[in-house]
Amino acid sequence: MTVDAGTAPSGPILAADGTPLKVSLRKAQRVRKLRAFALVLPLLAFVLITFILPIVDMLFRSVDNPVVARNLPITLNVLKEWDGTGTPDETAYAAIAKELVEARENKEMGKVATRLNFETSGMRSLIGKSVRKIRRLKEGPYKEALIKIDKRWANTEIWSTIKRIGAPYTHVQYLAALDMKTQPDGSVGMQPEDRQIYGQIFMRTLWISLLVTGFCLLLAYPVSYLLATLPLRYSNLLMVMVLLPFWTSLLVRTTSWIVLLQRNGVVNDLLVWVGIVGEDGRIQMIYNQTGTLVAMTQILLPFMILPLYSVMKTISPSYMRAARSLGAKPATAFVRVYMPQTAAGVGAGCLLVFILSIGYYITPALVGGQSGTMISNFIAYHMKSSLNWSLAAALGTILLAAVLVLYWLYNKIVGIDNMKLG
Amino acid sequence: MRLPILTGAAVLGLAAFASGPAIAADALTVVSWGGAFTKSQLEAYHKPYTAKYGTKIQSEDYNGGLAEVRAQVETGKITWDVVDVEVSEGVRGCDEGLFEPIDTSSLLPAPDGTPAVDDFIPGSVIECAVATIVWSTVFAYDADVMTGAKPTTLKDFFDVKKFPGKRGLRKTPVVNMEWALIADGVARDDVYDVLSTKAGQDRAFKKLDSIKDHVLWWEAGAQPPQMLADGEVLMTSAYNGRIFNAQATENKNFNIVWDNQLFAFDYYAIVKGTKRKDEALRYLQFATATEQLAAQASWISYGPTRKSSAGMVGKHAISGVDMKPHMPTDPKNFKTALLNNSDFWADNQDELNERFNAWLAK
Repeated sequence: MTVDAGTAPSGPILAADGTPLKVSLRKAQRVRKLRAFALVLPLLAFVLITFILPIVDMLFRSVDNPVVARNLPITLNVLKEWDGTGTPDETAYAAIAKELVEARENKEMGKVATRLNFETSGMRSLIGKSVRKIRRLKEGPYKEALIKIDKRWANTEIWSTIKRIGAPYTHVQYLAALDMKTQPDGSVGMQPEDRQIYGQIFMRTLWISLLVTGFCLLLAYPVSYLLATLPLRYSNLLMVMVLLPFWTSLLVRTTSWIVLLQRNGVVNDLLVWVGIVGEDGRIQMIYNQTGTLVAMTQILLPFMILPLYSVMKTISPSYMRAARSLGAKPATAFVRVYMPQTAAGVGAGCLLVFILSIGYYITPALVGGQSGTMISNFIAYHMKSSLNWSLAAALGTILLAAVLVLYWLYNKIVGIDNMKLG
Repeated sequence: MRLPILTGAAVLGLAAFASGPAIAADALTVVSWGGAFTKSQLEAYHKPYTAKYGTKIQSEDYNGGLAEVRAQVETGKITWDVVDVEVSEGVRGCDEGLFEPIDTSSLLPAPDGTPAVDDFIPGSVIECAVATIVWSTVFAYDADVMTGAKPTTLKDFFDVKKFPGKRGLRKTPVVNMEWALIADGVARDDVYDVLSTKAGQDRAFKKLDSIKDHVLWWEAGAQPPQMLADGEVLMTSAYNGRIFNAQATENKNFNIVWDNQLFAFDYYAIVKGTKRKDEALRYLQFATATEQLAAQASWISYGPTRKSSAGMVGKHAISGVDMKPHMPTDPKNFKTALLNNSDFWADNQDELNERFNAWLAK
């Protein structure tokens, strides 16, 4: 084969203005990329500021432990030399006496006492009481004086707590979040039986989320099937009925469940009227796990219906017809031909509902009673009541990690590309 | 090292996107517990204060705790000026530098010239806060529902054989632990000594175990009267003022059992670093004056904290009921009263809360 050398380009292909096409193309692409970037920039900044940074801050708070390190630096320095048995010597007592008085003047004493009290209860009163009295001491020996003020100062545990909590970064919150603690001898062990709580609550959170996901799937599948197969004018009406609660306030829906399910509520009244249960046998359906399950299932149902519906809508009825014409019974055709095609919607709906319910807060708080509360209620408790924000951050981080692991598992087993949200 | 820039940016971002209703810059924000209680403050303090000094008062509700105050002080974006707190928060907030110390000599004297320090009931003025009311946790039942024998003592509350049915209790160890011990036979004066020991705490939890399956837990003060009205519970612990409110304004036939009522103070504190500190202090002085405290008692059945106000307590502003017999401090009600020991709870709250939560979850 011969090539005409005169017409074939010997150098790079040139654009109309004489620059090489490659360069010109790259330039055009860069401009387009920049424009695209500028368009998403507001959203990116929004996500960064309201989502990524708070998460980073949360991760940081769960290990950050500055209060004691900042206020008792000399004491901690002295305690470095202490071997952790018996009591430290006079220098440690003198240092802590001086630093606690300083902390009181800077209005920091309360923070130190609170932090130590989280770890060993009674520290708050010990410190408060001691500082009030040591201010009057002009000179040492402080060891004797402090132990005279309160004999707990002679306990090894008090000092090992101070030494341990003196670390500026710490994993104690993660231990606490997993029902573990550092024993007086320095080893890590489980909390005593009557203090263990979070492991059980995490398991319960997972269990409730699984149940809610299961119930949602059971209820949503037939509805979505109807939605996708009914003639348009009926299916539109049905769609409105699905979406109407979706647009109603979460709180309104939760409180309506209280009205319906309480002891003297609509459902119980109906059961008594029909005669299924007696006046004394009214069923407790709210302020327990049942209440949480019912209310959460109803609230999260649209998140299951919508992805299912959008997938079912695309399934051509001809597949089912083909299966029938090849001799399959309706049930077999449905299970073997129709259902596999909805897998993408099932996956998406389940993942969506599960992840939403694992962090659910307001509904369990209102209708959960004692057996229906979830881990987010405890996170809120530590944010609002106990003010142990580091522990709340640690619990939140564990929850986040659990969700990520589940997401990873889902991706491994089902594959995220097989998910269809609509 | 902390992350001030990150946090600051996040807070700014959130504030820009989700800023709440605009609050007039000159208004004073007073935060309290909502419902009938806030209403009483509105009528007895806010309205007269605005009438006298012209400053508008923005009233906000919260559910207790120091979380919001701490967030505001730490980020320096202070929107609350005066907060109504319980004693443990008053003490703790002061220790942590969240509240302004209050000079007791700046409080107004009684009309007869008695200095404020002598006029206030002991314990009602602390370093950073001044108490406005004496309130009490009692238990109550609906006399329309409870037609047979009526409970008269705290022991009856714990007796599920004699009075079968659900009980309402606040979801916190405070009050419940004390009541459990008293119902178990501990003398009132020894309650906190017993509760300071591990054995005493075990004993309290064991007593609570005996009614655990019969308890519905409430969190907001407005819940117990609602639960009684709905027939959700047979009897419930409650703040006495809320029950009174249902009796007086909603014609409910609720009865209060005053036996072993646990009383406490509620305090006004000024948030540290507020720009309107002088205004806040003037408001606090005004609200804690003799007439205002007495006036509040005509809106809700919480007792005034000044001795000089006690004689001025009159009739309920809405129903015209005589308020005196409904006060926790009325001698007839006060016979078996126990003061909530704030020192004990400041020390042990974290630990007992944890144990209580673990006990609940089991």
